[in-house]
Amino acid sequence: MTDSNGDRPAISRRDLLRTAGAAGAAALIPDAVGAVTEETSAIASHTAAPKRLAGSPAPSDTGPLLAGPLTNLTASETEILSAMVDRLIPTDELGPGALDAGVLQYIDRALSEAESDSAEAYRSGLAALDTYSRYTRGGPFIDLSTMDQDSVLIDVQIGAATGAGVGFVGSSGSFFNMVRSHTWQGMFGDPKYGGNTDFAGWDLIDYPGVRLRMSPEDQKLLEVDRLDAVRRSAYDFSIFE
Amino acid sequence: MPTQLRETDVVIVGMGAAGGVAAYPLADAGLNVVGLEAGTWLDQRDFAPDEIRNNYRDWPMLVRKAELERPTFRATTATTANRVGSHPMMNAVGGTTLHYWAQSWRLNPWDFRVVSETTRRYGSSRIPAGTTVEDWPFGYDELEPYYDRVEREVGISGQAGNVRGDIDSRGNRFEGPRERDFPMPPLRWTAFHDRMADSARSLGWNPFPGPAAVNSQRYEDRPGCGYHGFCDKGGCPINAKNATHITTIPKALDTGNLKVVTRAHVTTLEVGSDGCVTGVNYVVGSNEYFQPAKVVLIASYTYENVRLLLLSKSRAYPDGLSNNHGQVGRHYLSHHQGAAVSALFPYDLKAWYGLPAQGVAVDDWADDNFDHTDLDFIGGGNLWAMSDRRPISAASMSTYGRGRNWGSAWKRFIHENSDRSHRAYIQKTTLPYEDNYLDLDPQVTDPLGLPVIRITGQFKKNELAIAVFMQDKMEDWYREAGAIEVTRGGLGNTMGASTHAYGGTRMGDDAETNVVDRWGFSHEAPNLGVLGASVMGTSGARNPTLTSQALSWRTAAHLVNSWTDIAD
Repeated sequence: MTDSNGDRPAISRRDLLRTAGAAGAAALIPDAVGAVTEETSAIASHTAAPKRLAGSPAPSDTGPLLAGPLTNLTASETEILSAMVDRLIPTDELGPGALDAGVLQYIDRALSEAESDSAEAYRSGLAALDTYSRYTRGGPFIDLSTMDQDSVLIDVQIGAATGAGVGFVGSSGSFFNMVRSHTWQGMFGDPKYGGNTDFAGWDLIDYPGVRLRMSPEDQKLLEVDRLDAVRRSAYDFSIFE
Repeated sequence: MPTQLRETDVVIVGMGAAGGVAAYPLADAGLNVVGLEAGTWLDQRDFAPDEIRNNYRDWPMLVRKAELERPTFRATTATTANRVGSHPMMNAVGGTTLHYWAQSWRLNPWDFRVVSETTRRYGSSRIPAGTTVEDWPFGYDELEPYYDRVEREVGISGQAGNVRGDIDSRGNRFEGPRERDFPMPPLRWTAFHDRMADSARSLGWNPFPGPAAVNSQRYEDRPGCGYHGFCDKGGCPINAKNATHITTIPKALDTGNLKVVTRAHVTTLEVGSDGCVTGVNYVVGSNEYFQPAKVVLIASYTYENVRLLLLSKSRAYPDGLSNNHGQVGRHYLSHHQGAAVSALFPYDLKAWYGLPAQGVAVDDWADDNFDHTDLDFIGGGNLWAMSDRRPISAASMSTYGRGRNWGSAWKRFIHENSDRSHRAYIQKTTLPYEDNYLDLDPQVTDPLGLPVIRITGQFKKNELAIAVFMQDKMEDWYREAGAIEVTRGGLGNTMGASTHAYGGTRMGDDAETNVVDRWGFSHEAPNLGVLGASVMGTSGARNPTLTSQALSWRTAAHLVNSWTDIAD
């Protein structure tokens, strides 16, 4: 976890919910996996006020999403990244999304450690994402509707977010793939690294948890869907402390 | 001036898969052996089941020699070579056996006789154009006793298919005759493996469990596999994966005749005026040492074996050690493991707790196990349906054309399908060619200022034809097992840095086309031996490690038997 260092303004949970709340709208999209044309039919419902679904977190300033400001990104970079990862893995009726699972904390810590070489790519990529939003959708990324955010992200993913002054270093697709890859690591990796809070990622895909030995009997239970999930980090085993 | 150390009988450069095996018969015979290893000791406490660390970040290596020397690569001489992204090997006592997949195959008899068997059955016109392939200097039968010994000393699980000519349909009916069964039964199968095996049988094929350097039951006081699911690029936290740091190296140390020096970074071999090797130079941090030895065995992986020889220039060997015939670096090949096929099933595979060495193999389409008369290639591939799934890689699955790979709809997709995809592993016959080779890069150097290896290589018509053929077979198999989607990767073109890198110091009787003789000793410097897949002239359709280990044992046994001839 990052500690509050006073350099950067803290992001409140309510700030984050500016974007996280839109996840409710995303959940109204018909269950067509991603096809843009099908999603356009949902625009009408999207324009309604964000609707909170059962199971999604209640707006509150208690229970911090962030233990403190991120150490490697500014407040505005954090806002843009929050909005982006919230669209990549939204909180919805299937449970917590990337923000609830601590993906921001994962990325922030990674930028201090193994991924420190990527810090500049985040800085320039997030700025370029925002510039591209302003140029093509008429506003900063965090203020766009989720539908527009998604269409911007599709442009970024397929490398189409180009144009004079946008500022992606190399293809916008590489920036997208980097963030997506780190988001998946934070969502589905070991909680030791700051993400996968409350095992949200493992629950989403029904991963039954880290074990050192899987007996033949347990494998049989798994095969008839009767194996209980264990919830632990690999580092909860004493031999790895 | 480097510190001169006391002379030893044998120096082995590299304590990995090959050197870590050869040390044991040498030390056991009473020879004094110094094992120089660039890495350090690691143990089970270093091997947490952690996908981020194992598969997305660096391993718990304390030394990154290989990484700092990673080769450059180009497909042909017409292009500029670029640095490969990472080195496929790691540095530690035990080497990459610490985190390898541990599939431990013997080659099939055909792999030793590609030229003569192809000519006999189909005529010499069927030898692909441009290949430099030769028959091995000996056949499968010559290597069998060493396969047998290594299977026991390292510990291999599996199901025999041919014991002294008696075919057992539970095993690989196409394997060469073995003297006896594996020392351990095969790793277990899951319901999905049973289903894949049934599907293969209904296609008329012969499925069987593959061989693995993984304990299927307690063996030599170490436990059976825990199937924890993090074996791919993961060390074993319960010591059930038979890496050499817990098998043959401790046995060699127990003799009292092996000394392992860690963090020893070997730079060059020294040569005397008579053309014999006198020892090796190495550095530990900023300290330089010269270790004199009667015999030197290099066992530092294909790229580094070639590099060490090419860097070791002397009056006797102006173009690099043992390279007066210009053969060091030639006949390079890296196994064609690409041209993937993957499938989506309408049921959960329950694959969370498995390992890449656990699965169903089909050898009906490998080597010359089928008639090639009407085909446009020789050789073939081994189909392998394994268990290997971890959370991040599972969530990163293909969406099989069903929409984009993020967002709420994707979230539902992986919620339903993360345990329903499968990716086949298909290893294919790969041949050496005149224009695929290793040399020193003219520009790129390591931190010591020494040139790195440059790979020039691409797969040719024969390899690409096999790839198409095997993708067809794999799709048939998946469809038979009920797959609802099957996708294919590209056929592959580049031959970059690989975990299965062969040649460069090829073994053969003809000194004009081979670096080492039938025993693994240099045709030019008689007290220099080479261990590892760099001596192999063909790949077969299966993993190289066990063959490389059997060859290492054989070279060591020959050294013991011929000590006075080789060491003077």
